[in-house]
Amino acid sequence: MLSFNILIAVCLAYVVALFLIAFVADRRARRGQLGWLRSPLVYTLSLSVYCTAWTFYGAVGYAARSGLEFVTIYLGPTLVMVGWWWILRKLVRIGRSQRITSIADLISSRYGKSNLLGVIVTLMAVIGTTPYIALQLQSVTVSFAVFAQDRSGGAWGASDLNATALWVAAGLALFTVLFGTRNLDANERHYGVVTAIAAEAVMKLFALIAVGVFVVWGVADGAGDILARIDTSPIADWDMKPGRWVSLTFLSAVAFLTLPRMFQVMVVENVDERHLATASWAFPLYLFLMSLFVVPIAVVGLDLLPAGSNPDLFVLTVPLSQGRDGLAILAFLGGFSSATSMVIIAAIALSTMVSNHIVMPIWLSMAHQGATVSGDVRQVVLVSRRISIAVILALGYAYFRVSGGGAALAAIGLISFVGVAQFLPAMLGGIFWRGATKVGAAAGLLTGFALWAYTLFLPSFGGSFILPVSVLADGPFGIGWLRPQGLFGVSGMDPLLHALFWSLALNTIAFCVGSLSSFPKPQERLQGAQFVNVFDHNPNSQGWFGGVVEAEDLLVMAQRILGPEQAQGLFTRAAERQGKAGFLPDTSPEFLQRLERELSGSVGAATGHAMIGQIVGGSSVSVDDLMAVADETAQMMEYSSQLEEKSAELGRTARQLREVNEKLTDLSVQKDAFLSQISHELRTPMTSIRAFSEILRDGGVTGRERKKYATIIHDETIRLTRLLDDLLDLSVLENGQVKLNMRTVDLYDVIERSVVSAGIDGRMRFKRASSGEHVSVMTDPDRLSQVFINLIANACKYCAADAPELQIKVRTAAGVVEVDFIDNGAGIPAKSQPLIFEKFSRLGDHRAAGGAGLGLAICREVMSNLGGSVDYLPGQGGAAFRVSLPNERRSSVGVNHS
Amino acid sequence: MGKKVLLIEDEPNIIEAISYILKRDGWIVATHADGTTAIAAVERHAPDVVILDVMLPGRSGFDVLQDLREGEATTALPVLMLTARGQIKDREMAERLGASRFMTKPFSNKEVLACVQELVQA
Repeated sequence: MLSFNILIAVCLAYVVALFLIAFVADRRARRGQLGWLRSPLVYTLSLSVYCTAWTFYGAVGYAARSGLEFVTIYLGPTLVMVGWWWILRKLVRIGRSQRITSIADLISSRYGKSNLLGVIVTLMAVIGTTPYIALQLQSVTVSFAVFAQDRSGGAWGASDLNATALWVAAGLALFTVLFGTRNLDANERHYGVVTAIAAEAVMKLFALIAVGVFVVWGVADGAGDILARIDTSPIADWDMKPGRWVSLTFLSAVAFLTLPRMFQVMVVENVDERHLATASWAFPLYLFLMSLFVVPIAVVGLDLLPAGSNPDLFVLTVPLSQGRDGLAILAFLGGFSSATSMVIIAAIALSTMVSNHIVMPIWLSMAHQGATVSGDVRQVVLVSRRISIAVILALGYAYFRVSGGGAALAAIGLISFVGVAQFLPAMLGGIFWRGATKVGAAAGLLTGFALWAYTLFLPSFGGSFILPVSVLADGPFGIGWLRPQGLFGVSGMDPLLHALFWSLALNTIAFCVGSLSSFPKPQERLQGAQFVNVFDHNPNSQGWFGGVVEAEDLLVMAQRILGPEQAQGLFTRAAERQGKAGFLPDTSPEFLQRLERELSGSVGAATGHAMIGQIVGGSSVSVDDLMAVADETAQMMEYSSQLEEKSAELGRTARQLREVNEKLTDLSVQKDAFLSQISHELRTPMTSIRAFSEILRDGGVTGRERKKYATIIHDETIRLTRLLDDLLDLSVLENGQVKLNMRTVDLYDVIERSVVSAGIDGRMRFKRASSGEHVSVMTDPDRLSQVFINLIANACKYCAADAPELQIKVRTAAGVVEVDFIDNGAGIPAKSQPLIFEKFSRLGDHRAAGGAGLGLAICREVMSNLGGSVDYLPGQGGAAFRVSLPNERRSSVGVNHS
Repeated sequence: MGKKVLLIEDEPNIIEAISYILKRDGWIVATHADGTTAIAAVERHAPDVVILDVMLPGRSGFDVLQDLREGEATTALPVLMLTARGQIKDREMAERLGASRFMTKPFSNKEVLACVQELVQA
């Protein structure tokens, strides 16, 4: 008879062994000696957390109750591993490239790092997993009870069971805290735990096969006998229900993808994507071996043990009934392994989610603004992880107490499966459909979860928790079509399938409708693109592996981009850090990453990545790489065109400045010339005045001479005065400060007045057509007359004809009155014509001129002030000027002129 | 026999004034009022002194002076330059081109006379 104490001792020894394995693995990992820790075998075995106590003990019970239906639980994962490996590959790639830490993180990150979704998924995962943890506690407790019962012959009381469950929960919490939160790894990988789980996987398989072999060859007479026994057993009579088979297979496949603990071992703990390839055949093989002896054990158990024995415990009770205590202990350890591995991984996964999506956001928003010290935060994270683990196990224990351990093991497992299956639409939609949005994900998750709770989870308490029996039977408020297990009048369906169908269907519909009717925010779009297109572009964070590259090649390239000095400095420092002499470091992934960062700083991230990729040869440059390069180049071109524009602008400004400067210089030259001219014009008459006044003062002049010289002095004084008058007049006119006395006058009167005052000497003959001169104009008659007098005086002065003649013609055209003054002299040479209106531009002999050469300049300014103009008319025979006046009102005034 | 002065100037009143002063002092005065033909006038009159205005019709007094200094017979001919513009750069220009004296209008009669006498005696 097996001593219960021995069982405890063996059990403790096993636990210590697990601790040791985890401890050693952890230490090796932290020393960087990963070695076999990173083998595909360990990865595959760690996936076996899928096989919990439910599959270890429960599968046999399931087979005893429902025949081969238990196979569906293994079929689902097998189908995923074999047929849906591309989904897994994508999940793993995303998980690695985005540093995803949990399924909540995956969904939250995909939908724009939405914390709301993180919280929803975390809560759903906790609620969905708690019964499952309770189930594990129950199975360990019950298996202990089996031995205790066997030993004492009496059943354990409820208090014994509860105490055992509490101890188990506490022990698991301790183990998880010790190895799950030893330190914070950015990748959330736990080598120690995973290795221990792999060891437990071996124990599970070994124990089950041992029991199976005993049953087939120890109890029965080999395979043939077993087959015969199966034929005669009740298991052979079970009907196969295709609908249920398909649904359960689908459900287990979905759960394999969405269970938080599966996500933890499959995606988060994955160290190398290629391990997935091994697992895709090795894990189905593991499952096959696990299921191989289920039916034989069930059949033999049904044969051997008295009717009414719990088939869930056949794995233990069959060896015990045959007195095979050692085998029973082995089986116990297998079951213990199944339960503990699941609880540990689930606790780690859930605690990560709880602390990352619930505790940390709250802690960070709660006044802890100053907590920027990373060590500070690390401590908080660790503490929150540990507390989360404790709370999760406490919840599991509480559920165990509340549920009373009554329900059949498999049922609880399936309830959990349906709960976590609600993650599927948001998860798959997120990684394959760019149109999926946060709103859609939240709507789908909440809808599915609500339906799961209403149709499956709450009814599982049988009316003892929240939903009363009356609601289960008649629907809320007696509304029949809202019955939890007969929604919309669908009755007679298996409650599990009913719940699975409605929750997933409405979940998917809400997800799609929500996604289509909402528009993703920029970050969501960005994340969505990174998730959906994860294979198209190698993210930088993935690092560089495998490729063989010469540091010298890299140096050659780096020198071109960074410049020789900086590149050599970078390489030398790296070599020093690696402890190498010389200038070239090893091309370790770390160095390549560092180099890529440096290059990115110069040429942009995409280009830097593509360059290193080309040289390392680890990756080819994809179209997307090129597109990214093109984008960067476009940005640089944009930038450089901006620079060009700036420099063109500077050029323009410089040119303008130069022009202004030239203008100023020009003005200064003009001013000098003008002063020089004025000086000349003033000094010349003053010279005469001084000279003759000195002569007169000296005396000795004749009377005739004295009169002549006095006249010269007088004339020169007048000339001076006129010059000053002209200068002042010109200044006023040029500055536009002239006061005009505008009124309507008859042009004839102005011309007549001018002719009289300018042509007094009588030598000049005037040719006029007086009738045409009677035009009424709005002007300043004194100023206009000043212009006319000037022109007439010039003609008189310069016209060298023998019989000088001046023709004055008035013409009225549209809006303009033109007065032409044309003499019969030699005219003005073409080369001088442009100059005549300039100041001091006297042509020819100025003895004859008598003026300072300001006359025409003044005329031009006057006409400009009167709104008209004065121009030289070439080709008229003699000198010809045209005065143009604006004519607002064309009318003839008075015909009776003198 | 008095010495001969050629006055190249285009202002009639100034010609009149300078001619009077010099003649009163016993000089023989010839006048010319055009820049383009000034050199020919100098050759024709062969004066002892030339009084040369800067602003002449046709050709500036500076150009005429330059031609005189380049001409073999006239390279040392005393030339008194007169200008009404009175700017420093004109004086510099005159000195550079080899004017014997430079005076700004208006001038004192005495000074002109003294200057001409000086130039001949030198």
